[in-house]
Amino acid sequence: MTAPAPTGTKFTELSARERAAALLDPGTFRELIGPFERLESPHLEPQGVVPASDDGVVVARGQLDGEEAVVLAVEGLFQGGGIGEVSGAKIAGTLELALRDAERGRTVRPVLLLESGGIRLQEANLGLLAVAEIHAAIVALRSHLPVVGVVAGMVGCFGGVAIAGGLCSYVIMTREGRLGLNGPQVIEQEAGVAELDSEDRRLVWETIGGEQRVATGMVDALVEDEVGAIAGAVRTAFDAGPPVVHRSSQVERYEARLAGMDTLDQLDGPALRALWRDDGGGR
Amino acid sequence: METLNFDFPASQTVSGRAHVGVVGSGDLEVLLEPSPDDQAHVTVRTSADGFEEIWEAVLDRFFARNDLAAAVEINDSGATPGTVTLRLAQAVEESRS
Repeated sequence: MTAPAPTGTKFTELSARERAAALLDPGTFRELIGPFERLESPHLEPQGVVPASDDGVVVARGQLDGEEAVVLAVEGLFQGGGIGEVSGAKIAGTLELALRDAERGRTVRPVLLLESGGIRLQEANLGLLAVAEIHAAIVALRSHLPVVGVVAGMVGCFGGVAIAGGLCSYVIMTREGRLGLNGPQVIEQEAGVAELDSEDRRLVWETIGGEQRVATGMVDALVEDEVGAIAGAVRTAFDAGPPVVHRSSQVERYEARLAGMDTLDQLDGPALRALWRDDGGGR
Repeated sequence: METLNFDFPASQTVSGRAHVGVVGSGDLEVLLEPSPDDQAHVTVRTSADGFEEIWEAVLDRFFARNDLAAAVEINDSGATPGTVTLRLAQAVEESRS
């Protein structure tokens, strides 16, 4: 049994299972498809990689403020949180069940704890398919009730999982969290160190860190890396109800923002903040 | 990676089951359940090849000190012998709670 972490504990020091238990109302944590079901990836062992008994995703039912809830927590320490066939199916299947419930008027509040480098490379195509299913399920579900994402750190949230974060109704981040389509090392590898020096921590966090993401309106709440603060922010997001317009539905708004940029200038974090200061955007 | 199997004599049955740890760098996960017979059975899948003797020594010492008829699965990502022993002790403690 996973005992909930006391208030004051750093959220990023907890495992995925402990994070899920820490967010839910005390005593309500109940894991589905847990380690003893041994639903592990069939693709890792043949490739010489040690599998995990939960494939790095924890599905936890419970309650938030007395309302039914489900937390999907990605374990960033297992394979960098990479999503494979099984871990992806656990997330997509849970969201699809929550959607079916919502369509019947039964709400189960979905929370996604996103710590992931993206698709697990050993399962490339199957991971891609699973993440596409996750995206579709989030978009369908968010018209019924908020889908809340948390990017606490320390892995960050990248690739297809970052798109899942972008599709959420609300995203909560810490200063330590990072959210971006390509991770800094990938950008450096593909475009050269002149484009982005992934060793430059200040530059990296100024570009994709939690504080910057909130300041530019890409993310909704910046919270301390602390159990009580994150648990509170998740509940506040559900209390707010679904946004009037989802961020990812505002295509014209963001196209206009991009069109207004001079790409000959090298933009940095502070310059982007000045340019994209969050104006509420009808949300 | 390498898969290793070990058996140890045991007489005390384990009542519960426990899962502890994460398959992350320098750590391991342990799944502990009651054994189907009066022996301890341990299956280790480890990312670090060539440490069979060390595993045997660590597990031999643990089961010499803890008489447990348990079925144990270990998924290891390069944990040190100290970490392995601590995780095993944690699993035993959790199985009793």
